[in-house]
Amino acid sequence: MSSSGPGTAAVSTPFAGSRAAKGPGIDPARARARSARRRRIGVRTVALGYLAMLLLAPVLMIFYRTFEHGLAPVWNAATTPSAEHAFWLSLEIVAIAVPLNTAFGIGMALLLERGRFWGKAILGLLIDMPFAISPVVVGLSLVLVYGKTGWLGDWLAEQGIQVIFSVPGMVIATAVVSLPFVVRETIPVLREMGTDAEQAAETLGASRWQTFLRITLPGIRWGVVYGVVLTTARALGEFGAVSIVSGRIEQQTQTLPLYVQDRFENFDATGAYTAAVVLALLAIGTLLAMNLLTRRAHRGTVD
Amino acid sequence: MHLGTRGGGMLGKGLLGIYLTILVLLPVAALLAKSGTGGTHAFWREISNPEAVAAIKLTLIASVIVVTINAIFGTIIAWVMVRDEFPGKSIVNALIDLPFALPTIVAGVVLLALYGKGSPVGIDVAFTRASVVLALLFVTLPFVVRSVQPVLLELDLAMEEAAASLGASPLTVLRRIVLPTLAPAIISGVALSFARAVGEFGSLVLITGNLPFKTEAGSVYIFGQISNENLAAAAAVSVVLLLAALLVLGALAYVSRRRSRHVL
Amino acid sequence: MLSTQKVLMTKRSASILVLIAAAVGLTACGSSSSGGKNLGLVAYSTPQSVFEKLIPAFGATTDGKGVTFSQSFGPSGEQSRAVANGLHADIVNFSLSPDVERLVKAGLVSSSWNQNATHGFVSESVAVIIVRKGNPKHITGWSDLVKPGVQVLTPNPFTSGSARWNVMAAYGAQLKEGKTPAQAQAYLTALFHNVVSQDSSARNALQTFLAGRGDALIDYENEAISDQKKGAAIEYVIPKDTILIQNPVAVVGKGTAATTAQKFVDYLLSPAGQAIWVSKGYRPVISGVPGASKFPTPPGLFTIDSLGGWKTVTKQFFEPETGIVTKIEQSLGVSTAK
Repeated sequence: MSSSGPGTAAVSTPFAGSRAAKGPGIDPARARARSARRRRIGVRTVALGYLAMLLLAPVLMIFYRTFEHGLAPVWNAATTPSAEHAFWLSLEIVAIAVPLNTAFGIGMALLLERGRFWGKAILGLLIDMPFAISPVVVGLSLVLVYGKTGWLGDWLAEQGIQVIFSVPGMVIATAVVSLPFVVRETIPVLREMGTDAEQAAETLGASRWQTFLRITLPGIRWGVVYGVVLTTARALGEFGAVSIVSGRIEQQTQTLPLYVQDRFENFDATGAYTAAVVLALLAIGTLLAMNLLTRRAHRGTVD
Repeated sequence: MHLGTRGGGMLGKGLLGIYLTILVLLPVAALLAKSGTGGTHAFWREISNPEAVAAIKLTLIASVIVVTINAIFGTIIAWVMVRDEFPGKSIVNALIDLPFALPTIVAGVVLLALYGKGSPVGIDVAFTRASVVLALLFVTLPFVVRSVQPVLLELDLAMEEAAASLGASPLTVLRRIVLPTLAPAIISGVALSFARAVGEFGSLVLITGNLPFKTEAGSVYIFGQISNENLAAAAAVSVVLLLAALLVLGALAYVSRRRSRHVL
Repeated sequence: MLSTQKVLMTKRSASILVLIAAAVGLTACGSSSSGGKNLGLVAYSTPQSVFEKLIPAFGATTDGKGVTFSQSFGPSGEQSRAVANGLHADIVNFSLSPDVERLVKAGLVSSSWNQNATHGFVSESVAVIIVRKGNPKHITGWSDLVKPGVQVLTPNPFTSGSARWNVMAAYGAQLKEGKTPAQAQAYLTALFHNVVSQDSSARNALQTFLAGRGDALIDYENEAISDQKKGAAIEYVIPKDTILIQNPVAVVGKGTAATTAQKFVDYLLSPAGQAIWVSKGYRPVISGVPGASKFPTPPGLFTIDSLGGWKTVTKQFFEPETGIVTKIEQSLGVSTAK
């Protein structure tokens, strides 16, 4: 910004107002801007410091451990049949669970925020519930319901449907543990948005579906985006619940996280870290893709 | 929006209901049923087991500490991500979800390497109660941040600018305008953090040492009971943790609803 | 305009439908491969690298021609429970016999599974004490583990069934030395007093040890051997008195698959199969296997049967409320908690 004039008091506290700037010829607006900038840098330092310790250091450590023996071992580890199968299986499960949870999430958010009925609180709690249960217990409860000796076990066997120890069970487990995100991300944005625009649209004759597509959805898009990102990240990284319902059958029901565990058990640190890096890249890729999609869709609409 | 007043709405609600039943209602019911086998006497005995009580207490206290830290730092981070600009910001933003996408075993190994014996930064908290807080902070990092970010992105700067031009100090703007608007999002993120913290297992097993009565979390105790065929005990303790989480979530929802009534 | 969003919405819903259809299609195919002999192997995690060699070697024999395997590895107890809950298996290989007995109770394994020449076991090992390279604390046996200032690691015997071998090794060794049961229990209390970490699995405990924690890790000989092979800076001590770890194998079910499965088990027990186990650090269950001489025989070697067998031991020591070890942990915890 501008250079300081003579006799300017150094503003050290982040929220000091313009009253602290003293001295002749000091533009209060400039001083305010300077203290605002210092405040911003101070907050940025706090945030980045926290993130450095808790996020950047672990990520760097993971990349270091992965590539510490060179690129070739990593490539070999990433291209084994088991690794490749685990990759595609993880993607397949995510490709099913995430859209389902997204549709459910938007619908539930609309219901909870705009609907009028008794028991909303209970419904909200129900959605959060599986998330508060330890993943291992989630897996256990799914086996209690859909397993061979479970509540629906006999009926499922009659229909010839295998849920537990097969992909459908893993999809259900993944969906359960990642259920609340789209709902929780969308509701605050819905609330912030308010109903004015929607009501205006309806008085102008728009159908409910049109209102939803042209007003509501663009309005909540960032909540949905981050909800999808969180859901995908959780679905990708889920281990506990899936490990119980998958049966861990190599190259059949082994997702990437299960594969990471498998490599770790076999003293194959490079293999484990490589798979972890792949997961990390998938998560980052999801965020970038969602960002791109949203901006492109948004570009066409009038804001 | 008039949802559910016509046929299409009913179908939608029906689908939502089926989805919820398959995914949540049935499994939770099965869990409750399992915890009740043996009657209330057995249930009480299982959850008043001294080791169980210690594990539950550790989990709940650690979770409260973690969500408090998350509420503060998560909001600050979200603020910086939305309102600030610096080189590398988009990279940092993209990384925030990583603790979530990484399998918990990787989180455990890495945290142990970074903040255990032989730590490159000289911090050794492994096998202490602090390690429980550390692991939980790691896995719940994205929640408050990602809850607040969308709201901040949609926030109309006009109100803040108006207040500032009327002479309000930045602190007042923060307190009177921004925080109340962010409150529901922060609360939502806190709720998610708490729920995750209470149930977290994988990242804790390596760095805490799982010493009963000292660093054994509720989820680890539950896992031990499952391994011993003690499904009823495992289910019982799970139910207790679940109830605690629901209480907190319910309280947060209540606070959130009351707050929203006061926002202009 | 609206068109972009409409396109996105229809694209999204279309892809959802396609995915659901694909999922249904995939599940209809199921996990069973028709035609040819396919065996399901469900085992505990440690012998995974051994089966990597055993299965191709079996495939080269006349019995094994054309046989394909689906393999699953995981914690012994979890795997056993999974099979009881419907995970398809033709052969199971677990860390200790109770995990097979669970399947007998579930009607999946014949009750005469262990009435053969090797009593149902396919591999053996012994409980050892892993120490840092150079053995700086000069640990030579069980009595060194209860010295003040010695930090011991052992997996949690309640989350890791395999960890129970460790506890019973320590206990049985005391009896072997001539102590009374009461004195042996006192030893266990002193031992757990020195335990600074109880990881949920042996592998995790090893990870903790390698990360710098503790002076001694109670583990199994085959783990120590394979870890040394990977270059870890460790040594291991075979105590004078220690327990013989015996890992069971069993055929699951009846029918044509069971016949092929039995042929595989026979191969595992054959000299050729046992030689592969030995090459990976396991002790053989038959005599005359080349390479078996590299395993020293501890003078005071005993089995779980000398302590009453797993059924009695589990009830006596690991019962969740009345077990001896449970009480020890509680007494230590309550007095040192907070």
